[in-house]
Parts: sequence; C-alpha cells; structure tokens
Amino acid sequence: MKEPSLRYQGRAWVLGDNISTDLLSPGHYVHDPMQTRLKHVLEAVRPDFAQGVGAGDIVVAGKNFGCGSSRESAPMHLKDLGVAGVIAESFARIFSRNAIAIGLPVLSCPSISSRVKDGEYIVFDLRAGEVILADGSRLKSERLPDQMLDVLAKGGIVPILEEIGRSMRS
Amino acid sequence: MTWAETILARKANRSHVDAGEYVVARPDAFMMHDIFAADVLELLEKSGIERINDPDCVTVVFDHMVPAPSEYAATHQRKARTLIRKYGIEHFFEGGRGICHQVMVEEGLVKPGDLVVATDSHTTTYGALGAVSAGIGSTEMAYALATGTLWFKVPETVLVWLENQWQDSVCGKDLILSLMKTIGSDSAQNRSLEFRGPGAAAMPLADRLTIANMGVEMGAKFALFPPQRESRGSGPYAHEYSLDLSRLEPMVALPHHVENVGPVADHQGLEMDQVFIGSCTNGRIEDLRDAQRILGGRHIAPHVRLIVTPASREIYRQALHEGILEDLIQAGAIIEGPGCGPCFGGHMGLLAAQERCLGTHNRNFQGRMGSLQAEIYLASPLTAAATALKGVLTDPRDVLGASQEVIQ
Repeated sequence: MKEPSLRYQGRAWVLGDNISTDLLSPGHYVHDPMQTRLKHVLEAVRPDFAQGVGAGDIVVAGKNFGCGSSRESAPMHLKDLGVAGVIAESFARIFSRNAIAIGLPVLSCPSISSRVKDGEYIVFDLRAGEVILADGSRLKSERLPDQMLDVLAKGGIVPILEEIGRSMRS
Repeated sequence: MTWAETILARKANRSHVDAGEYVVARPDAFMMHDIFAADVLELLEKSGIERINDPDCVTVVFDHMVPAPSEYAATHQRKARTLIRKYGIEHFFEGGRGICHQVMVEEGLVKPGDLVVATDSHTTTYGALGAVSAGIGSTEMAYALATGTLWFKVPETVLVWLENQWQDSVCGKDLILSLMKTIGSDSAQNRSLEFRGPGAAAMPLADRLTIANMGVEMGAKFALFPPQRESRGSGPYAHEYSLDLSRLEPMVALPHHVENVGPVADHQGLEMDQVFIGSCTNGRIEDLRDAQRILGGRHIAPHVRLIVTPASREIYRQALHEGILEDLIQAGAIIEGPGCGPCFGGHMGLLAAQERCLGTHNRNFQGRMGSLQAEIYLASPLTAAATALKGVLTDPRDVLGASQEVIQ
C-alpha cells in the first residue's frame, strides 16, 4: 500500500490566540446529540464557522490553540465538520496529542496567523514540515516525529487498537 | 536531571533522559471520570481488547454529572458501570465520593514519584505530592490501558523559586493567578514547572494542590513540587523565576481568559450575580474554613446566589463536623453534593446572558458556564466569600479588617 502523502490543500479559516476547548466543544452541550454539538463549534468567535466550513478546509490560528479541557470532542468536532487539519503558532499539549490520536493533522508554525488571509487557499505538508501560501511563499514548521506521522498516516490510534485486539485473539 | 526528567527516565527504564526526547514510559496509575470512562472502555471492547494491562492500577471516579442531571447522563453512566465490572476495575468510586483528583489524593492512589495519566486536564494536581502527572484524551487512555505504556515528550523545565511566606489574606490561588500573569503560557507552554525554595518547602498541601492543579492553565505539562524542595534542583532549567510570597496580594482573573489577571484591589465594585466556592482547585476544607472566616455570623448580599460545593465526601463531613456548613447555610449559601457541578458548565449553577459569576474554580473561558454572554471571574475562597458578602467584587482585606474591628 502506498504511504499516505500527509499533504493537504484547502481554504483557510483564520482565528486568533487561545481558542479554547470550551469554544470548540462547549461543556454545556457535552451530552446533546452530535448534530446539536456541531452547530455550536466556535460560535462565540466565528458564528459563520459551523455552517460555512467545508470538507478539506484548514483552520489557522495563533498561540495556545486548544487550551483547556482534555475532551477529545474538541479535535473530533473539527474532524467531523470536514476540517483537514489545524495549523497554529502553538498548541495546548492535550489538544495536539488528542488530535493525533484521532487522526486530525496538526502543525506548529510560528507567525502563521498573521501570514494567512481568511479564505486563502493554502497547502501544508506534514512530512516536509512546511506551509505553502497562495503566493507561493513557504513557511518552515515544526516537523512531528516519525512515530506521530505514522499514527496520522494510519488515521489515528483506533486502527492500532484494532491491530492489538486482533493479535490478542490470535 | 530535573524532577520531570528523573521520573520519566525511571518509568522508561532509562538511566538518563534529556528534554526534547520522546520516551515510552509505564505509568503507575491511570484514572478516568464519568464523562470518558464509558467511551474509553467501549473503544477497547469495540477493538476486540478483552482485558486491560493491570486493572489494579486503574481508578474510575464519577464526579462530573452526578447525580445524573439527564436521562442521557444516567444511561451513559449505566453503560460505564457495566464495563467497569467487565474489565475488573475495583477502584471505582460512585457519584458522591468526590471530585476525582481529591479522591485520588485522599485514597492514597497517588504517591510521590509516581507517573500518572488521567482523562482530565487537571491531572497536573498530583504534582503537589511530587507525582509527575498529566491529562490525556480518551483514545490515548484506551491505548495506555491496553498496553500499560504511553509516549511522552520529555519537557523542558521552568524553575519557580519561592521566597518567604504570604500574608493571611492570600493563598495558593493568588500565587498561581499571579504566575499566570508573570510567567504565562509564553514561558510555561508544554514545559514542566518545578516549584522550589523556602516558600515551597513550608507550603501546606492544600495550597500546593491548588497551584499544581492550575499549572495546566498556563499550558504546563507538569506542575511539580519535588520531595526535596527546600534546595535548588540540579536542572537544567529553560527559565528561572523568583517570587517573594510576602508581596503577594489578592488576585482575580477577568473574562475571558485565565491569563487576564490583575489585583482584586484594582477591580473592586463589579457587581456579581453568583459566587461559586468549590471545584478540584478550591473546594477543600481549608477553602471552606476561609469562607467561614468571612461569612460566619453574617449574611450574603440579597441579590447574590452563593453555591458551595465541598470537593469530597470527607471534606463535606469535616465541614459539617466543624460547623462550617451550618454557618454557610445561615449566611445564605446553597450547599451542593461533592462533584464538579457548575465549574465546567455541566449543571447546578449555569449562567444567563449578562450575568457575572465569581468562582474559586479554574477556567473563565467564554461559554464555560452556560451563556456565551456571561462573564466568569476567578479568585481565592477569601475573595469569593468577601464578594458574596458585599455583592460586588471585594478585596478580602477590607472585610477581614472590618471583622477584627468588630472583635475589638
């Protein structure tokens, strides 16, 4: 099987600093049906996001993206809405671990939020560790270690758990 | 090595590790609460994993949605109970025992030098005991339970050296809020905070728990009080900060971010609709005693709702025994059963648009406690009690001073 490229092209939604897990997945709706929960993603900062975001879009943000809770619904809601990945100047650690665990690509890229215009089409490449803007300029990013890239290439930890389950049965 | 490096090396079966390395380590303890336990165990079941690595190391505490506020929560918890039995997890604490982090400490399920992971961001709390601990998500927890291992990036360490002792009107909450401002996520993100110095050595456990608990709010991976904290560690340290505790004053975090901190004295007079004293950050007996110091024999302002949530059943009983609950009820408080309740906007004290709440909890993000148009302020139990008394944000020194005059 060909190794997935881990290269993505899409339309950027540019957000600010400190996008919290409460903004991504408000605790108040944690026990509501999925459709309700998805409607409220980022509504406080981008009321047009949940309705407007399309498959393959990319979230671009400033510092400390995903700060707050350990709730995995935060990256999962973005993935469920079709987001291809998140590029931020920095991530809260539990969010980035959770994103990798569920198969949502994340990339740290200094000053990204001031370089990308909202709605601009950009490319990011996890293996190369770079972002390519619409005007062709390239921004160096922090490359994830190979083990994390392998998890993302598999689509997250669930397929790894299934392998463990199969090996336990045989 | 720093304390984080020492413990990660030990648990990864290595003689030495350096910051920046990735290691696979074997945690000593794993904990889940009611929001995620069913998801984690269901994922294992669906993956065909019929047993977990070591059920004796695993604890489940029901604390977030207890007693179940909805049929959905009740169903979710019922499913979790079935799976907890199936996977042989005996350290299971039903709703009412307390908030998970407090229960872990009270039950002795965490020891100094342990490596602990749990499905809750405030898992950094155990750093107060010298345990190296951090939150993880439910999918990673499923992997960790199946294999008994998890990967960690060895973090850089920031030394926070504490000198002297604080005044009677401040506590650990004021220290950590103050650090939010001076250190903040710019320096602490993904790093380990290591608290040392005479001020750290003399600090009571309750305050250490508050500080370690909120370390995660500045993005810290760990927030550690190593066992030998009177002397400087060997490092290496990415940054070093020094703080004179005697200069601390009551602090408050303003909406909508925890790093938006200032002295209470600069923001006095803001009208509050609700005051909340509780949570894994500040729901301990020492916190309830602080509330009693200010509210005993008095009554809260007529337009304010005061919600008090002891962090565990043990604390509840102790507060009952000491007459604290009697005093707080007389003062006009609602006493809730032990649990996470309003802190995360789950239930038992949500806010309407345009309402303001001052709480002793840990996060004031927009939308955390109900309406997106509500405002959340964070402060110490003393500041919270003083604010409930006056109905407006109040520096506890004003009220404590007044009560001494009355006594004289």
